[in-house]
Amino acid sequence: MAFKNIFRFKTLSAAAAMLLFGTATAMAQTAPAAPAAADGDSAMWIGVGYYVLLFVLVAIIVGIVGKILRVYDLTSQIQGKKPINWNNIMGILFIVFLIAGLYGAYWEFTVQGTMTLPEAASKHGVDIDNMFMVTFGITVIVFVLTQICLFGFAFIYRGSDKRKAYFYPHNNTIEKIWTVIPAIVLTVLVITGFFTWKTITNSNDVKGDMPAMNIDITGHQFAWEIRYPGKDGKLGAKDYKLTTATNKIGVDFKDQASFDDLVADTIVLPVNRPVRLNIIAQDVIHSVYMPHFRVQINAVPGLPTYFKFTPTITTMDMRSRLDDGKFEYLLYCNKICGGAHYNMQKIVRVVTESEYEAWLAHQKPYLNDALKKELKMVDANQPQAPAQNRLALNN
Amino acid sequence: MSTLAVHDHGVESHDHDHEHHHHDTFLTKYVFSQDHKMIAKQFLITGITMAFIAMTLSILFRIQLAYPDKTFPLLHTLLGRFAPEGRIDPNFYMSLVTIHGTIMVFFVLTAGLSGTFSNLLIPLQLGARDMASPFLNMLSYWAFFLASVIMLSSFFVQKGPASGGWTIYPPLSALPKAMPGSGEGMTLWLISMVLFVASSLMGGINYVSTVLNMRTKGMDLWKMPLTIWAFFLTAILGVLSFPVLVAGVVLLIFDRSFGTSFYLSEIVVQGQVMPFEGGSPILFEHLFWFLGHPEVYIVIMPALGISSEIISTNSRKPIFGYHAMVYSLIGISVLSFIVWGHHMFVTGMNPFLGGVFMITTLIIAVPSAVKTFNYLATLWRGNIRFTPAMLFAIGLVSFFISGGLTGLFLGNAALDINLHDTYFVVAHFHLVMGSAAIFGMLAGVYHWFPKMFGRLMDEKLGYLHFWLTFIGAYLVFFPMHFMGLDGVPRRYYAFTEFPSMARWLSVNVFITWAAIMSGVAQIAFLFNFVYSIFWGKKTTQNPWGSNTLEWTAPVEHLHGNWPGEIPTVYRWPYDYSKPGHHEDFIPQTVPYSETMSSNLSHDFEDNEAGLEAFKKWQIANPPREEVK
Repeated sequence: MAFKNIFRFKTLSAAAAMLLFGTATAMAQTAPAAPAAADGDSAMWIGVGYYVLLFVLVAIIVGIVGKILRVYDLTSQIQGKKPINWNNIMGILFIVFLIAGLYGAYWEFTVQGTMTLPEAASKHGVDIDNMFMVTFGITVIVFVLTQICLFGFAFIYRGSDKRKAYFYPHNNTIEKIWTVIPAIVLTVLVITGFFTWKTITNSNDVKGDMPAMNIDITGHQFAWEIRYPGKDGKLGAKDYKLTTATNKIGVDFKDQASFDDLVADTIVLPVNRPVRLNIIAQDVIHSVYMPHFRVQINAVPGLPTYFKFTPTITTMDMRSRLDDGKFEYLLYCNKICGGAHYNMQKIVRVVTESEYEAWLAHQKPYLNDALKKELKMVDANQPQAPAQNRLALNN
Repeated sequence: MSTLAVHDHGVESHDHDHEHHHHDTFLTKYVFSQDHKMIAKQFLITGITMAFIAMTLSILFRIQLAYPDKTFPLLHTLLGRFAPEGRIDPNFYMSLVTIHGTIMVFFVLTAGLSGTFSNLLIPLQLGARDMASPFLNMLSYWAFFLASVIMLSSFFVQKGPASGGWTIYPPLSALPKAMPGSGEGMTLWLISMVLFVASSLMGGINYVSTVLNMRTKGMDLWKMPLTIWAFFLTAILGVLSFPVLVAGVVLLIFDRSFGTSFYLSEIVVQGQVMPFEGGSPILFEHLFWFLGHPEVYIVIMPALGISSEIISTNSRKPIFGYHAMVYSLIGISVLSFIVWGHHMFVTGMNPFLGGVFMITTLIIAVPSAVKTFNYLATLWRGNIRFTPAMLFAIGLVSFFISGGLTGLFLGNAALDINLHDTYFVVAHFHLVMGSAAIFGMLAGVYHWFPKMFGRLMDEKLGYLHFWLTFIGAYLVFFPMHFMGLDGVPRRYYAFTEFPSMARWLSVNVFITWAAIMSGVAQIAFLFNFVYSIFWGKKTTQNPWGSNTLEWTAPVEHLHGNWPGEIPTVYRWPYDYSKPGHHEDFIPQTVPYSETMSSNLSHDFEDNEAGLEAFKKWQIANPPREEVK
C-alpha cells in the first residue's frame, strides 16, 4: 500500500493527541486573557472538551476491555482451556435481545400505545379505526412469530465444529403454503380496505342524509383562511387573480352568492351533520390534517380538493371522555410548506346545532367595509360593473 | 439443472490484453482508475464519507427536536448564520432534513451500495476480467463524485441548501420566494441530481451488459449467486426509472428559470399574484414517485442480495428456495413500477386511482414475505457462524420484518389518510429501507473487506459496532410509530406550539440520545475500517469457506482478476454442507465428476449424459450407512 508510509499509526495518534491537548492548552491560555465577552465562548469550549474527553475515555475503556479479554483468552489457552467461544456468546446475546426486545415492544404498546389519538370523532373514522385494529392484530402476530423464529433459530443453531448443517435447498410444498397464506390474508385486507376507501372518498350525498354543508379553507404560508356560506348556503365564486391584501382569498363579487359569505377564525361544526371542506392552496402545497376526525387531504395550488366527513362527538363531550378540560380538536398543516410549517394550526370546535346557529350569527361578513371601499361599491347590494371592478383592482 | 460436460457458452476471449503489464502511476491507480475493484473502493469510501456527513446532519436536527428551547453556543460557532444564538434556524432545519434524506437515499444507499458491490462483485462472481466498459465505469464514479461535491457545496451558498424535503415538491421548490432554500441551493440540488442520475445510468447500463454478456464458461443465469441477480434487477430498475426523474427535474428547472408552468398554476405568493397558469404540482409528484418508488427497491434489493449470500455462507446451508428467491426479486422489480401512487393517496389524485394503487401495493408484500420466510428457513437447522457480516445480515432481516409490516398500514389507502406524513411513515421507511439497507451495506463491507483490501476487519469491534447500532436503531425508530399514531407530523421544527405534542418531548430526548449513541458507535466502524486497511490481519484466499467465484481469485489484486484462464463454473453457488462431501462447502468451480459421493440425481436435471454416469456410479458404489 502506497499510503502506508504516509500514515504510520503511531505518528498519527501522536499527532491527534498533540492536536487535542494543544488546543486544550491553547484554550486554557486564551481564556483568562480574553475579555468578558469570551466567557461564554470558553465555557462552550470547556463543554466541548468535556464531551471529547468523555468519548476518548470511553474509547480507551473499550480498548482496555478488549485487551483484557484478549489476555484472558490467551492465558486460559496457555493453561489448556478452551478459547472464548464468541459464536456462543453472540447466539446467547440474540436470545437475550429477543426477550428484552419483546418485553420492550410490549412496554411500548402499553405505555406509548395509550398516548395515541383518542377514538375517532367522525363517522368514517370509526371504519378506519376498525380497519386499523384488524391490520394491527395480523401484523403483531406475524411480527412476534417471525422475530421469535429469527432470533430463536440464530440461538438454537449457533454453530459448532461437531455438527454439519442440514442440506435443505428447497421444498415446494412449504414454499407454496407460505406464498398462498400471505396472499389470502392480503387479499382480505385489500378488499376491505378498498371498500372502506371507496365509501370514505365517495363525494355524493347519501340518500336520506342531510346535504353536506360547504366550508372553504384556504392555505397559504403560514395560516389558514376560513369562509362560511351565508344565509343562502352557497359559497361565492373565486378567482385567484382577484387576490389583494383585503380580498385575501380572491372572492369574485360578480357572483351574487358571495355577498353574504362569512369569515371565521375557528372552524365550528355542528355535530352529526355532514361537512364538505373545500380545500384550496394559494402558494405551495399544504395539507389539511385533522387527526381526531381521521381526515387528511393535500391543499394543492391550482387543484381544489375536498374532504367530506361527519363529526360525531362534540368538543365538550370529548373533553369529558378524555377528562381533559382543555382538549381541542385541531387542524394543522401536514405537508412541508416552508420555515413555519410547524405552526400552522386552527382550532376546530364541534358543537350542538343550536350552539352552531348562535355562533354563526356572530360571524363577520367577508365583504367588509375595507373591501367595499376597495371595490368602490356604493352599496353592498349593487356591485359595480365588472370593467370598473377590474380597473380598481389594477390600482 | 447442471452439467458434467459443460456447454460452450458465449465466452469472450479477453485473454490477450491483460498480458502486457502497464505501470500504474498514482493517478491511474487510485484516481482515474478503470479497474472495477478500485472503482468499487472509490464508491465505498465516498459513500461512507457521505454517510457520515448525512448522519451528522441527522444528529443536528435531532438535537433541535430534543431541546427546542435550549441554546447551544457551539452550534452558532459551527453553523454561523444557520444557527443564530445557538438555535438552529427553522429554514435551516428544513435544509438539514432535506439534505440528510437526499444524501442517504441517493448518495449512500444507491451509489454507495450498488456502486460498491455491483462493481466489485459482478465481474468477480461471474468470472469476468472487468466490466463491459471500464471507461464508462470510471466516468460513472466521477460523475457521482462531482454530484456529491455539488450537493455539499450548497451548504456554502448565502441562503443555504435546498430545503423543500428530499421529494422537492413544487411549487415550494420552484418559487425562490417561498423559502430561502429554494434559491441557489435548489439550483445546486437539481444540477447535482442530474449528474447523479447520469452516473447511475452509466453504472446501470454497464452492470446489465456485464451480467448478460460476460459470464464465464458454465455460468448460466440459474447458476448466478443471488447477489448478482439482485444487482442485475436493481440496475434494470435504475435504467428504466432514473430517466423519469431527470425528465421531472428538467421541467422543474424550466419552471424555475425559464418561466414555464409545467407544475405551477394559480399561485399567489405573499400576496403577489403570479402569472403561472395551467400546470399541475401533481404531475411532478407522479414523475418523482415513478422513480421514487422503484428507488426504494433499488436501495433494498442489493441489500437483500448481499444478505442472501452472507446468510447462506454463514449458516453453512444452501439458501432456501433459490428459485423462489429469484422469482420474488423479479416480482418485486416488476411490481415496483406500478405502485408509485401509494405515496399520493391524499394528494388529491383521483380516489379510484388510489384504490388501484392500493391493490398493487399490497400484492408486492407477497414476494417480500416469501423472501423473509426463505431467510428464516435458511437459518433453520443451520450451523451458524456469527461473523460481524452475519450479525448485520440477521439484523437486516429483523428490520425488514419490522419495517415491512408497517407497510401494510401505509399501503392501505384508508389507513394512510391518518398516517400519511406522520412519524409513522418516518419509522416505517427508516426501518425497512434505511436501517435494513445500511445493514446490508455494512454486512457487505465486513464480508468482502478481505476481497477488497486483502486484510480482515477486527471481529470484536465488529460485534460492538453491530450491537450498539442494532439496539440504537430500534430505540430510535420504534417509539416513532406511536408518535405517528398520535398524529405528530414529520418535518416539524419544534413540537412546542402544540400542547398535544409537547408530551412527546421526553420521547424525543430519548430518541436523540439513542441516535447519538448509534452515531458514536459508527466511529468504532470507521476506526476498524481505516485501521484494518493498513494493519488488519492478512487474509487467506477464501476466509469464509465460500462457494462463489470471487474467492477463487488470488488475494493480490490483478488487473484482470485471475492469472491465466478464467475458472469454469459447474454448479450453483449454494452447495453448503452437502451430505457425502468431506467439507461443508463445494466451490462453484468443482465439477460433479470430482464429487461423486455427494451428487444427487437432482443435480442432473437437464443433463442426460451426466445422469447416466451418475446412475452407473451409484450402482458401482452402493450407498453405505452415512458416517457422521
